[in-house]
Amino acid sequence: MYEKDGEKYFIVDTHMHYWNAAPDNWVPGAEQYAKGWIECFHAYQSLGPKETHWPIDKFQKYSEDDLMKDVFEDGHVDVAIFQPTDLKEWYKEGFNTTERNAALGDKHPGMFIANTRFDPRDSDAGLEELRRNVERYGARGVKLYTAEWNNGSRGYKLSDPAAYRFLEKAQELGIKNIHVHKGPTIWPLDKDAFDVSDVDHAATDFPELNFIIEHVGLPRIDDFCYMATQEPNVYAGLSVVTGALMHARPKFFARVMGELLFWVGEDKMTFGSDYGIWEPKWQVEGLVDWQMPDDEQFADYQKLTTATKKKILGLNAAKLYDIKVPAEFLVPVQPSEPASKDDAQLVAGQ
Amino acid sequence: MREDVLTALSAVRDPELDEPITTLGFVASCTVSGDGQARVRLRLPTYFCAPNFAFLMVADAYDALVAIPGVRTAEVVLEDHFASDAINAGVAAQAGFVASFDGEAVAELGGLRAQFLRKAVLAGTDLVCRPLIAAGVTPAELVALTLGAAPQSAELDRLRQRRADLGLPADDDAPLLIDPETGARVALAAIPLHLRRARVTRAGIDANASMCSGMLRYRYAPG
Repeated sequence: MYEKDGEKYFIVDTHMHYWNAAPDNWVPGAEQYAKGWIECFHAYQSLGPKETHWPIDKFQKYSEDDLMKDVFEDGHVDVAIFQPTDLKEWYKEGFNTTERNAALGDKHPGMFIANTRFDPRDSDAGLEELRRNVERYGARGVKLYTAEWNNGSRGYKLSDPAAYRFLEKAQELGIKNIHVHKGPTIWPLDKDAFDVSDVDHAATDFPELNFIIEHVGLPRIDDFCYMATQEPNVYAGLSVVTGALMHARPKFFARVMGELLFWVGEDKMTFGSDYGIWEPKWQVEGLVDWQMPDDEQFADYQKLTTATKKKILGLNAAKLYDIKVPAEFLVPVQPSEPASKDDAQLVAGQ
Repeated sequence: MREDVLTALSAVRDPELDEPITTLGFVASCTVSGDGQARVRLRLPTYFCAPNFAFLMVADAYDALVAIPGVRTAEVVLEDHFASDAINAGVAAQAGFVASFDGEAVAELGGLRAQFLRKAVLAGTDLVCRPLIAAGVTPAELVALTLGAAPQSAELDRLRQRRADLGLPADDDAPLLIDPETGARVALAAIPLHLRRARVTRAGIDANASMCSGMLRYRYAPG
């Protein structure tokens, strides 16, 4: 919970990690990728405020105590959602696995939601693993990394028939939220995720699932925005948007926020710190303090209300994950707002 | 001679950022020997920059070098990248993208280049139109404007060049506002959305460019 100027904000960090990227976890023969990957992340951290930069050895493997302090004690977060990324081709135990996350979640009941992941190229064994993970950890969301390396393949698309099999299975198992990494381009080759058309297909064909596009396709927010306006079940995940832009590039941050508010809208934007890349504290405080600049070049962008910020920082995600939010944090629902199915559920649940 | 090489390299752009590799800081070093051997080393903001974009830049740099009169041999090396070896060998052998990444790539990169050129056209439209709108030009007047009648500027020249690169109408009589896919004039009713699209496209390119420059600075910071 974060309180500022008498307003109380319920904070859901929808996108954070507990990884081990230290040399003890590097796959022999793939050290350069394991090292290159974590150093690339570390470079992203440099876009946050200087006093929040970590030395590389802490960044490779931060402790449970670090995480609990940074996220909950200092970071104002009420509920944190783990988004795993396996990368087992480079990291022996996996980079940031469902199991590692869930084990930490078990020690701190009520503070975490442990999502899981799947990879359509894992075929029947992958379907079985997904079922096991949902049963064991109660996952209601998955994080998908369409550019993950897998046995010689360097990526897949959500519109692949194999991916549809997994999406069908996920839905059957009670998964509601599909978080898809679409963002800063790293690899692979022709399957490079430079557009989000595969999400467009899947979102149309699975209207009961929510597709939260992490990093909003940054830098290609234009592709994301066109797609999101057409698909009612597509959300803008703000991880990386706040972390990489709010401090280092405030004017670009304003433009990106202005575009998202116009094309996607304040009811479909979710905060994510991307911890351990960036700590949530300065991002939460920064977003609460932030306003669209008065500058002429931002004149036709929407200003943010307190209600907008409350929705983005936690209430939208609470709806997606059925998190019970105490009444003092809620914002009044205006009767004039167009009623959506989600709104009806929230009102009915109160 | 070295100046000629740098001038030639300034015509090589990051296809996505639509900026010269020279101003982006991607040229790490450039030497020319007395007998016309040009050597250029390129560097990128991260180890994992998409290899398709990287390949385009390395190949374009190579083509730019060999076109210079007096350059006898050209060598372009991309350093510190996970696919450096495949890209460098592929470009040196003039092998094309698919052959350079045997089994991993399925198409050459012309389509990718065209897709980002279309984005450059949209972003350029925002650059050209925003000051006009601020000066009070109405949508009806914008629809009627041709490239020849629009106020001349570096931004307009650039927009015209990108349109020509794509084979879209780029002469003086061509409308200022066109669909970047078809080249058709934008209808009056579609103007507000078209300009919104132009603006979000430019925001995306600018955000990307600023992230890339921040990462590059961090990666190659002195000391």
